[in-house]
Amino acid sequence: MLRAVLIQELAISRGERRLFSGLNLTLRAGEAAVLVGRNGAGKTSLLRAVAGLLRPAEGSIAFETAEGPIEADTARAEQLHMLGHQDGLKSSRTAWEELRFQTLWTGGTEESARAAAQRFDLPRLLDLEVRRLSAGQRRRLALARLAASPRSLWLLDEPMAPLDAAQREAFGAVMAEHLAAGGMILASVHDPLPIPARSVEIGQ
Amino acid sequence: MKAFGVLLRRELALAWGRGGGPLLALTFYACVVVLLPMASGRAPERLAAIAPGIAWLALALAALLSLERLFERDYEDGTLDLLALGPAPLEAVAVAKCLAQWLASGAPLALAAPVAALMLGAEPKVMPLLVLCALAGGLAFAFLGGLGAALALGSKRGGLLVAVIVLPLFAPPVIFGAGALDGYGAGLPWTGGLLLLLAYCVGAVALSPLAMAAACRNALD
Repeated sequence: MLRAVLIQELAISRGERRLFSGLNLTLRAGEAAVLVGRNGAGKTSLLRAVAGLLRPAEGSIAFETAEGPIEADTARAEQLHMLGHQDGLKSSRTAWEELRFQTLWTGGTEESARAAAQRFDLPRLLDLEVRRLSAGQRRRLALARLAASPRSLWLLDEPMAPLDAAQREAFGAVMAEHLAAGGMILASVHDPLPIPARSVEIGQ
Repeated sequence: MKAFGVLLRRELALAWGRGGGPLLALTFYACVVVLLPMASGRAPERLAAIAPGIAWLALALAALLSLERLFERDYEDGTLDLLALGPAPLEAVAVAKCLAQWLASGAPLALAAPVAALMLGAEPKVMPLLVLCALAGGLAFAFLGGLGAALALGSKRGGLLVAVIVLPLFAPPVIFGAGALDGYGAGLPWTGGLLLLLAYCVGAVALSPLAMAAACRNALD
């Protein structure tokens, strides 16, 4: 279980362009932080840098557990979950096949996958191929994999865009539960999250 | 290890379904094997002489067929991010993908190779060696092809690029395998070719996952 994420003096460049520099952010267990900024300010890049998918130009990203600092690679392989712009679902496979694989791959069990499907009102859809789901349903399926796995840091990139009001509320409840259990959330959003969260300005 | 099994099973299911899976590769293989004699003339004695070689070369081409999308689909739909955050390193992910590719299309093709060679009039005694070469060669083709697919990630017209990257790498195993088959058929020394083929296959399996993982990381960055 992660206790803190420490981002120090982080700078990210894409090509020749410096997106931002000197970013400091500490996220502790039970906290949520929301990244705000104009389009192209580097919110997605920051999330990908924390996930280790993108190399920052300067600065460091460190992870701590209750026992002390741990290797970033270990933290990422065991404690970090991410939902990017895309849902990461194969259109030719059934919703259950995808949810089951993604849950097992990130350390969950079949039972936790079923429970998460229940939370997101998915059981009726599980036998359908992903191509038959609407954008909102696909997003719920992608969110269910977060709830189904035991990972403590969630990186969310515009997680709620395709969701309707009722589903946003339901997802808010899931996020609140995650935080109450000692999880952390780092999200990039345009609409406010339905949970208390700190705002972090990215770019100028 | 458990995660690797979960991933391998998923990749197998995907490889089986990808573009018709083994059926399409087998059909393509049959087409090439039928077309080549039409181009080279159909005198039985001439065909019999080149039959194992044709069966072997067509295998390499058929192996290319379904490789293009090996990483591309996961890259496009965001699954590759998720695979990169899994409990197994990207090197292991690459191994699972190539292994699944081999099981779903390389192995069925290896079993079809002797049928094709017999059809063309090859001597039955080379069949066991042909299957062995096809199995080992197919494994090398799958891993080298995966390397090409990973390097071509994110590029337009990736399919053509994969072929251009991969076909030169296919040359050594094709030469070694054909050497072994020719030698065996003609009663000449043949073990050298087979051993070189096996060595090449081992090298490809051992080294290409490192390059595939690096190429994937580069594409994600």
